[in-house]
Amino acid sequence: MRIVVGEGSCGIATGAKKTAIEFEKQIKDRKIKNVTVSLTGCVGTCFLEPIVDVYDDDGKMTRYTKVLQAKVNDIIESHILNGKVVEDYEISEKDSTFVGKQTRIVLRNCGIINPEIIDEYLAIGGYEATKKVITSMTQEEVIEEIKVSGLRGRGGAGFPTWFKWDAARKSPETPKYMVCNADEGDPGAFMDRSVLEGDPHSLIEGMTIGAFAMGASEGIIYVRAEYPLAIHRLEIAMDQARERGFLGKNLFGSGFNFDLRIKAGAGAFVCGEETALIASLEGERGMPRLKPPFPAQKGYWQKPTNINNVETFANVTWIIMNGGKAFGAMGTKLSKGTKVFALAGKIKKGGLVEVPMGLPLKEVIYGIGDGIKNDKAFKAVQMGGPSGGCIPAELIDTPVDYENINKTGAIVGSGGMIVMDEDTCMVDMARYFLDFTRKESCGKCNYCRVGTKRMLEILERITAGDGKDGDIELLQELAYKIKEGSMCGLGQTAPNPVLTTIKYFRNEYEDHIYKKKCTARACKGLLTFTINDKCIGCTLCSKKCPVEAIEGKVKIKHVIDQDKCIKCGKCEETCKFGAIERY
Amino acid sequence: MTDKPKSFSESSSESSAESFEELGPVLEKYGKVKGSLISILQKTQDIYGYLSLDAINYIAIKTGIKPAKIYGVATFYTQFRLKPIGKNLIMLCQGTACHVNGSKVIEEAVCEHLNIKDGETTEDGIFTINNVACLGCCSLAPVMMVKNSDGDETYGNLTKESAKAALDEIKERG
Repeated sequence: MRIVVGEGSCGIATGAKKTAIEFEKQIKDRKIKNVTVSLTGCVGTCFLEPIVDVYDDDGKMTRYTKVLQAKVNDIIESHILNGKVVEDYEISEKDSTFVGKQTRIVLRNCGIINPEIIDEYLAIGGYEATKKVITSMTQEEVIEEIKVSGLRGRGGAGFPTWFKWDAARKSPETPKYMVCNADEGDPGAFMDRSVLEGDPHSLIEGMTIGAFAMGASEGIIYVRAEYPLAIHRLEIAMDQARERGFLGKNLFGSGFNFDLRIKAGAGAFVCGEETALIASLEGERGMPRLKPPFPAQKGYWQKPTNINNVETFANVTWIIMNGGKAFGAMGTKLSKGTKVFALAGKIKKGGLVEVPMGLPLKEVIYGIGDGIKNDKAFKAVQMGGPSGGCIPAELIDTPVDYENINKTGAIVGSGGMIVMDEDTCMVDMARYFLDFTRKESCGKCNYCRVGTKRMLEILERITAGDGKDGDIELLQELAYKIKEGSMCGLGQTAPNPVLTTIKYFRNEYEDHIYKKKCTARACKGLLTFTINDKCIGCTLCSKKCPVEAIEGKVKIKHVIDQDKCIKCGKCEETCKFGAIERY
Repeated sequence: MTDKPKSFSESSSESSAESFEELGPVLEKYGKVKGSLISILQKTQDIYGYLSLDAINYIAIKTGIKPAKIYGVATFYTQFRLKPIGKNLIMLCQGTACHVNGSKVIEEAVCEHLNIKDGETTEDGIFTINNVACLGCCSLAPVMMVKNSDGDETYGNLTKESAKAALDEIKERG
């Protein structure tokens, strides 16, 4: 029997490590034989963590959810010792549809294999694709296969992968470099982390295949320093691959050499831009430069360099083994294959969702994600992070592919999907993203450096209740100037969250500016706190009020002095009777 | 500005040279490899917890990279700190999912509880608060990660109470 505990970062955050230790302890204490405890990556159903899979000797798998330490004893007593499934802890039929409705290519091994043991990867056909490519295909054939698949870069821009590989292959200079962008900087996307933690070998394979196709012998993985577990598992995977001869010199006796190293990023969103990433690899400030020359001609140390994102590489092995045609059969005319989305925010079932391109948004949010938390009204979904935009509820039937999402003003981006409900203020969302891009602007282009700051100031004013006539128009004007006046993608897309929210939620901006109202009741500066008749006069709120704005005697309804009130909300928190109202 | 860093000329690198013994192996490994500045700074921060001006000067002397350039790189990336931090570094996630799920409220509660602001360290040197962009645990929003010499621990689905309780527990553990 095998007990497999899901130990991705999310799982560990909910207590998976403690659960695994408890299983091990009990098995040891009770002297149970022939039962092993092992770990796996994140299966993507974050809302059910920690997840434990029990494999019986006949191969049957039982999935238990939310297995905190306290549940371990029952599972051992009933399932492990007596072969009786603990039905109360088993995943419900409804919850299992979360994964059941998906098409998993990128995440095919996540939550199934132990990422720290290469034999488990080999047992499911690992490194077969690399072997096939290196021993039986030419560079052109590999690139042709990727071309047939229609695979486009999953990092955000959606550029055809084969084209980049081919450009790097044709570049005459040597040596050439294969770089993986694992600096997942979009706040709200975590699919790359999941692949790195759950299936690192598929990344190594994808990079090796790409390196073969372009003729590179050195690869670099640029990983966020905020992902310590991902770095740890990658290091283990690389060591094991080297031991087995899948990395290093003379792979599969072909004379082809390829090895990898990790470079930990130091935290800069702009390093998602290719030329900035290269500058950072060279130990410099991560600032973009003008293109051309493109990295395929002059990249790392002025040599031909190809950069792809983790998810892109994770598709490659599957394409080689199943054929570009099979991959191209999924998705839409221009957006092929599947895409992983990180579903989060005000959603009932958050996690990683991999679906064929072209599936309507509604299917993702309601079909898989089961709708909005606490059954509130769906307002919008934010896609593409700080470079993307908000898609309003009325466009929920939009198919999720590069072209259709672009039409809305948002972008597919790296696949972050943050769901918002009626309590989310769209002006505040725009302010949030501008605050992010303002901090992350590298400062090279004037419009981006100063423009984002000016836009943020206006948005801060509006959300504080000091908006004035003409602010919306000024925001729009600045937005278009920043888009035109910036050299790299960061500046060119930074105004998108503002433009899309003005486009779809102009009324909210107008409410803030002209009526001094925040309908979502999120902007504190625009709130009014009052006390209703539920007040029994307990005096607690008046004691807690930091500015002594609440007056009233014991057992008599209290009153808030609106002139003194600083809208901190302390009274609302303190009141046990629901007597404080905000509007 | 009250906490103006002292100028490079003020920090004497001569006298501090001997106090950076731990950097020896790091500089030996990376010192002459071009493009390794970020790695050197990361290792330096791992050892000392932050990048002091003396350390920057020392690295400059040993590698031949100008101190101004090292300072430029150190201030460009959010990972690098120029001030010492407390025993536990609290990283409060301000990612989109966390923001939507009320990370600001958590930040306010934690700051009030410890009586410090973002980027500051408690007087007893136990906690430092840092707002970070995204920890990648979006489905568990709001999230915080606490880092110390034992490693790091992530706390998800935070409420004001659970965040405060977690910090109290860490403090008690000592």
